[in-house]
Amino acid sequence: MNSLDPRVQRLNMAADTDNELHTNSHLITWEVFHQEKRGKQVVHVGIVHAPNPEMALILAKEQYARRGKTTNLWVAKTADVYTFSTGDDDMFATIPEKTFRDPASYKVRDRIEKFQQQNNLV
Amino acid sequence: MSKALQQLLYKMADDALIIGHRNSEWTGIGPMLEEDLAFSSMAQDKIGHALALYTILHEHLGQPHPDKLGFMRSEAEFTCCQLVELPIGEYDFSLMRHFLFDHAELLRYEMLTNSSFLPLAQLAKKVKGEIKYHVLHADTFLKQLARGTEESKARMQSGLNYTWPYALGIFEATDNEQDLTAQNVFTGEEELKKRWLEKVSLIINNAGLTVPKVEESKIVYGGRKGYHSEYLKPLLDEMTEVVRLDPSAEW
Repeated sequence: MNSLDPRVQRLNMAADTDNELHTNSHLITWEVFHQEKRGKQVVHVGIVHAPNPEMALILAKEQYARRGKTTNLWVAKTADVYTFSTGDDDMFATIPEKTFRDPASYKVRDRIEKFQQQNNLV
Repeated sequence: MSKALQQLLYKMADDALIIGHRNSEWTGIGPMLEEDLAFSSMAQDKIGHALALYTILHEHLGQPHPDKLGFMRSEAEFTCCQLVELPIGEYDFSLMRHFLFDHAELLRYEMLTNSSFLPLAQLAKKVKGEIKYHVLHADTFLKQLARGTEESKARMQSGLNYTWPYALGIFEATDNEQDLTAQNVFTGEEELKKRWLEKVSLIINNAGLTVPKVEESKIVYGGRKGYHSEYLKPLLDEMTEVVRLDPSAEW
């Protein structure tokens, strides 16, 4: 199978050769978080490869902030992000049923609005 | 005054267009995906600056339409410095050119934010942030590679030595410049060169490289007067190949 790495394809290298390009060992990955406006939450948008945080930031800027509004970017080492095991997702399985935890589903909101309308309070 | 102002706008626009075109030649073959995209995106910014400057020439100084200025002029009519014409070479050269050119550009626009010619002052304020990033990108890469391996350091130093006499050509004097200074349009190339030398020397020294001596440099002049390297003509031919097929076509 041909390598999916476009650099390998361009250089016409055989995928099975033990090439440095495959490992990219000198670069680590950084998770990138994007903030649209000051005060708004930062949202994870993807990763970049870079050797250090300064390089990660300058590369993240064009990858993730060249379109649309941006006020800031954060980067953090991928290795510093901790997660649950994917096999443990059964812990979250019943959450969609617990609609009482979702404020949008409270019936009382409708009753308040009805009362307000009847008494010309809105 | 308007002659000197035209010269200023033309050389800035031509520099931006040609370096933008050159740097875009890295698209698809950059050293890594992220940098490929970042460098291409900055190249696109440069073309945008060229368009903005040609538009000022067209709208305020009665010059032809920006498309005509960018695509239908002969080599001798271009007044870009020879630095921007050079082929992209290896990445060390392209990065060094980006570093030296963009610092000059940032300082030039900083000086122009106070220009008495308002369209230029407004443009300078608008693009300041964009070029600030270009310079940060250049500085970060320079530091990274100059302090990387023996090889990367040596390549950055030889890239600097090669590029330096061309970079000093950015500040080639033009006739009638005193008119610009007198009317507070632009403080002049000598002052810009002084600020640039101070700024880039500091960064180069901090990165552990050696600043070439200006007095020993064979500065490459000529670009501002329409004398160009052998590389500009083929670049223009390629850049205008499609538009010349049918200059009257609507895009």
